[in-house]
Amino acid sequence: MWRDATLVAGRDLRVEARSRVTAHQVVPFALLVLVLFAFALDPDRGILERATPGLYWMTVLFSALAALARSAALEEADGVRDAVRLSALEPAGVFAGKALAVAVELVALEVVLGAAVVVLYGAEPAGIGLLAATAAAATVAVASAGTLYAALVSGLRARETLLPLLLLPVLAPVLIGATRAFESALADDPVAGWPWCGLLAAFAFVYSVAGALAYGTLLEGT
Amino acid sequence: MNATTPTGPAGGPPLPPGSGPHGPGRPPSHPGPAGTGSGATRVLGVAALAGVALLALYGLVVSPPDVEMGDSVRLMYVHVPAASYLYLGCVVTTVASALWLRRRTPGWDALAEAGAEVGLLFAVITLVTGSLWGRPTWGTYWTWDARLTSTAVLTALLVGYLALRRLDLDPDARSARAAVLGLLLLPNVVIVNRSVEWWRSLHQRSTLVRLDPTIGGDMLVALMVGFVAIGLIFAWLLVHRFRLAWLEQQADRLDLDAALAARRAEATAARAAPPAPGPSSPAPVASPPVPEVPSR
Repeated sequence: MWRDATLVAGRDLRVEARSRVTAHQVVPFALLVLVLFAFALDPDRGILERATPGLYWMTVLFSALAALARSAALEEADGVRDAVRLSALEPAGVFAGKALAVAVELVALEVVLGAAVVVLYGAEPAGIGLLAATAAAATVAVASAGTLYAALVSGLRARETLLPLLLLPVLAPVLIGATRAFESALADDPVAGWPWCGLLAAFAFVYSVAGALAYGTLLEGT
Repeated sequence: MNATTPTGPAGGPPLPPGSGPHGPGRPPSHPGPAGTGSGATRVLGVAALAGVALLALYGLVVSPPDVEMGDSVRLMYVHVPAASYLYLGCVVTTVASALWLRRRTPGWDALAEAGAEVGLLFAVITLVTGSLWGRPTWGTYWTWDARLTSTAVLTALLVGYLALRRLDLDPDARSARAAVLGLLLLPNVVIVNRSVEWWRSLHQRSTLVRLDPTIGGDMLVALMVGFVAIGLIFAWLLVHRFRLAWLEQQADRLDLDAALAARRAEATAARAAPPAPGPSSPAPVASPPVPEVPSR
């Protein structure tokens, strides 16, 4: 299974390295959203600083939708879906590989966004350990749940509109947990943040297992 | 809630819903009931109506206004049961989805759909009655209370599930996807509820004025009547919605069979008839009788 996963992840990342869709479209989109938040919330009154963790994770979620749509689109072009079904790759491995590729892209996105938040919103990084652990757990959570739900709507004409409707309510706990953990990390109070990080890890685990188990059913019926 | 009310012979009065399967108005080629009612559901429906009447009597007349909440407490006799059956609907959907994944029989798929749709109705009832109750009690329609927020997210989950079901997709593929989504429904509800509860508890104590567990007398009776009456409505709706979904599946299959038969007849006719048909060619075969497709 892990060999299949690395194969699929390698393929997705190679396509990304050559097409640069995430780097050239999703990352600029995310930075644009950060700038637009500053327009919406007056940057002089300190709202922006207080809301930084929430805005950061909202931006990550919206950008993740774009990255997931791109990841699912790779499966649909040129009969890739049928080829994958014929290739005897394990469905769980395909799921893990696709989630892994999305996670790698999201980590890169989060690093860029983190730097942007420091520059644009004047956030002072603190509690690096908690920040990194939270980001890792939340990334796996978003990537696994997102890959599963993207597979649920793949091949449908309405997939672009249906994916946010299905996925965002499911990711509400991730937004809550990641925002609270970042808030406590930035406030130099990591003790309050670690339980939230644990919630994110549990969420990531549940969705990784659910996705690995369900992906075969979703691949077969198209 | 009949899909098609069968009419009696010679334009007579409509037959009662229960007589659908045996009624003379049923086209012979369509197996299965033509309506969603039956003797048992009529009894259930009458019981539900009686329950509602009893609930109106107890909730509006017999039970006294609350000391703190006044008359608005009467909304609770609908609100609390509706919220409970909303969760029951989610349980039905998840269990039916799991059983579909195991057995792959269309009945479980229909039950999952019915549970989610009735659940969504009760979610809306819960939110509306809750808001109307919150306005006089809390002074606002909406507050970021843990239960309100998680009910709102749950409503969004149900809407998403039903949106997936509405899509034009091969029936088997749709069942598979809906089953995976339905299976995840209950875990999602639990995760969202827990995390939202935890989220709010950091900021403020739960502001919901809980119905005192030791409420006594007529108020407790009214609440119990509410549970029974709303439960009967839930069961009645669930049965009818299940049968409707079942009939829809049958109709889909019949449509497909009819279309296949028509195409096949066309192909046979085209092969049998020469390219330039003479006067002696079997003309009637060229236009096979297309079975009337029931419009839905």
